[in-house]
Amino acid sequence: MSSLQFDIAHLLAGSLVLASFMMLYQDRLYALLNVYALHAGVLALSVAWQAYVQQAPHLYVTALIALVFKAIIIPVALHRIIKRLGIHREIENAIGVGLTMMAGIGLVALSMVVMLRVTPGADALAREDLAFALSVVLLGLLIMVTRRNAVSQVVGFMSLENGLVLAATGAKGMPLVVEISVAFSVLIAFIVIGIFLFRIRERFDSVDVQELDRFRGERR
Amino acid sequence: MSIDALSAILLIPAFSAALLAILPGYRLTAKLNVVAALATFLTSLSLFVVEPVSGQYLLMDDLNKVFIVLTTFVSFTTSVFSASYIQHEIETGRLAPAFLRFYHAMYQTLMFAMNLALLANNIGLMWVAVEVATLTTVLMVGIYRTHEALEAAWKYFILGSVGIALALFGTILVYMAARPVVGEGLDGMVWTVLVKHAAQFDPALLNVAFAFLLLGYGTKVGLAPLHAWLPDAHAEGPTPISAVLSGLLLNVALYALLRFKMMLAVNSAAIAPGPLMVTMGLMSVIFAALMLYRRRDIKRMFAYSSIEHMGIIVFAFGMGGPLANFAGLLHMTMHSLTKSAIFFAVGHIAQVKGTQKIADIGGLTVTNPVLGWGLMLGVIAIVGLPPLGIFMSEFLVVSSTFARAPGLTVILVLGIIIALGGLFLRIGPVMFGEPKGKTAPAEASYVPMFTHLGLVLMAGIYLPPVLVTGFQNVAKLLG
Repeated sequence: MSSLQFDIAHLLAGSLVLASFMMLYQDRLYALLNVYALHAGVLALSVAWQAYVQQAPHLYVTALIALVFKAIIIPVALHRIIKRLGIHREIENAIGVGLTMMAGIGLVALSMVVMLRVTPGADALAREDLAFALSVVLLGLLIMVTRRNAVSQVVGFMSLENGLVLAATGAKGMPLVVEISVAFSVLIAFIVIGIFLFRIRERFDSVDVQELDRFRGERR
Repeated sequence: MSIDALSAILLIPAFSAALLAILPGYRLTAKLNVVAALATFLTSLSLFVVEPVSGQYLLMDDLNKVFIVLTTFVSFTTSVFSASYIQHEIETGRLAPAFLRFYHAMYQTLMFAMNLALLANNIGLMWVAVEVATLTTVLMVGIYRTHEALEAAWKYFILGSVGIALALFGTILVYMAARPVVGEGLDGMVWTVLVKHAAQFDPALLNVAFAFLLLGYGTKVGLAPLHAWLPDAHAEGPTPISAVLSGLLLNVALYALLRFKMMLAVNSAAIAPGPLMVTMGLMSVIFAALMLYRRRDIKRMFAYSSIEHMGIIVFAFGMGGPLANFAGLLHMTMHSLTKSAIFFAVGHIAQVKGTQKIADIGGLTVTNPVLGWGLMLGVIAIVGLPPLGIFMSEFLVVSSTFARAPGLTVILVLGIIIALGGLFLRIGPVMFGEPKGKTAPAEASYVPMFTHLGLVLMAGIYLPPVLVTGFQNVAKLLG
């Protein structure tokens, strides 16, 4: 692999981490969705580049799924849901932006230390990809815990899945089964979530998960 | 290709799910559900007669034979219980008949997913199956659409997805570790190939992979501190689903964990997975035992008891060795049978009394003697009193590990005793207190409950030698 190919792959995977950071501090739902669309778009580019570098045509399918399904269909659908629910107000962050960013930096450092240390044998591209992918996964988890709103938790979860796709494509020659399954799982997850959101809306007039917490069986 | 028993075990639930999704009328579909579950169980029994050949996708060895037979048996008895449970829910209007088509289709989909997870020889396929099983149970937990049910389903969904995502990352890392040795492509995910070559894998990568797999599948096993979804999901869903969750789905996740443990055991340079599992197991036992004291909801209480028992099982497998593995397997079987029997009883009790609150249920042995004594027998079994099966398996766990780690075993025994106290304290008034709540006679199906309890009692008194040698083989396989 030439160094240019490596650099571009590196750049794209790094941009994905950057997009995750951008999601951390968005305080409006629409803005969060737009950044998510960007996130998925970068993922599509990154996967397509991997397909080219590894000469693995089946990865183009994964890239296409990321582009069409994750970067276009889901954000548009969620936009509509948000509009219909009338919740395009601010997201309440559970902890402050500064603290969240610091935690995010810590998580990225952690994943670099862990992944780079355990994979000295693997080729450079796979190593970097895994380290970036773990960062994206951990940042996705962070988004999920710092948000209270159900929609933004879902967006956090989807960004986490993007990290998994990055890891799966970085692992050279991984059977297609897994890529398709990831795409499928997102689809299924989305349907489930959609149903849930509507039911939650129907019952609570709010998608704030804290509303749900009040009905905890044990807390009375 | 002709259809062998392995694919039949998958195809029967898959076709039934499609069929049940179309057919109207809950009486017919409930019966069909039972028939399909019975057919799957009988097919799984045929595995003892004709040993099917493992391929690249499906695997059959002594380990998953035990799991498959247990799973299909409990699914069958639960479907019998489910038929009478559902009829009552329809009559009281808690469930609309339209939902039942969905419910039965989901039930068979869940069976399919669990069987697939147990039979899969491909770690990617296994992951997909566990994910499908999670999603179907999420939908089932939320089926009542009450505030509590939705919250439980949402929480289960979010925590379950995070767990499953971490498990996928672990799976990818295993493939990364295997690639330099096994080569690219399908072989890098086939479990039998992986185990054969695991000794040459990069140990550092395997260690990280196992950490993710333990966290990921451990969430689904319900190990503390990853258990937060479990009590809610058990308490708010339909009771047949609580029975299947506790009795089977936790086992399936545990099975996935055991497969990876076996892989790590081959590689001498990798960390020993045992101590990690022992720690998490003990934490779960102590935590769940203490939590039992302040329960107000009867299904939630037994959910915590499930966390405790999964802790004991994981502890036993973590200690390893033929004896402890044998004890762990036996305990897992006994727990599945007993806990689902308890949920069968609890389901009917909650229907008779119209509530799940412990404070509102009283004097069951007077008002509904058969159900009351059935549940009491189940509780006696689950806390581990002789002469029932769980006493024997817990005794085996303790005696097989005491010589090697006396300190840890003392903690385990302490946990078991605390749990015994908690359960008896809560269940006492329910059984023998002043009669409370409605006293209508129950229209219950007692057969599944007493079949399970009968088996547990029999196992406590006499274990057939065939079963013992079978379990011993599996225990040796687990290393």
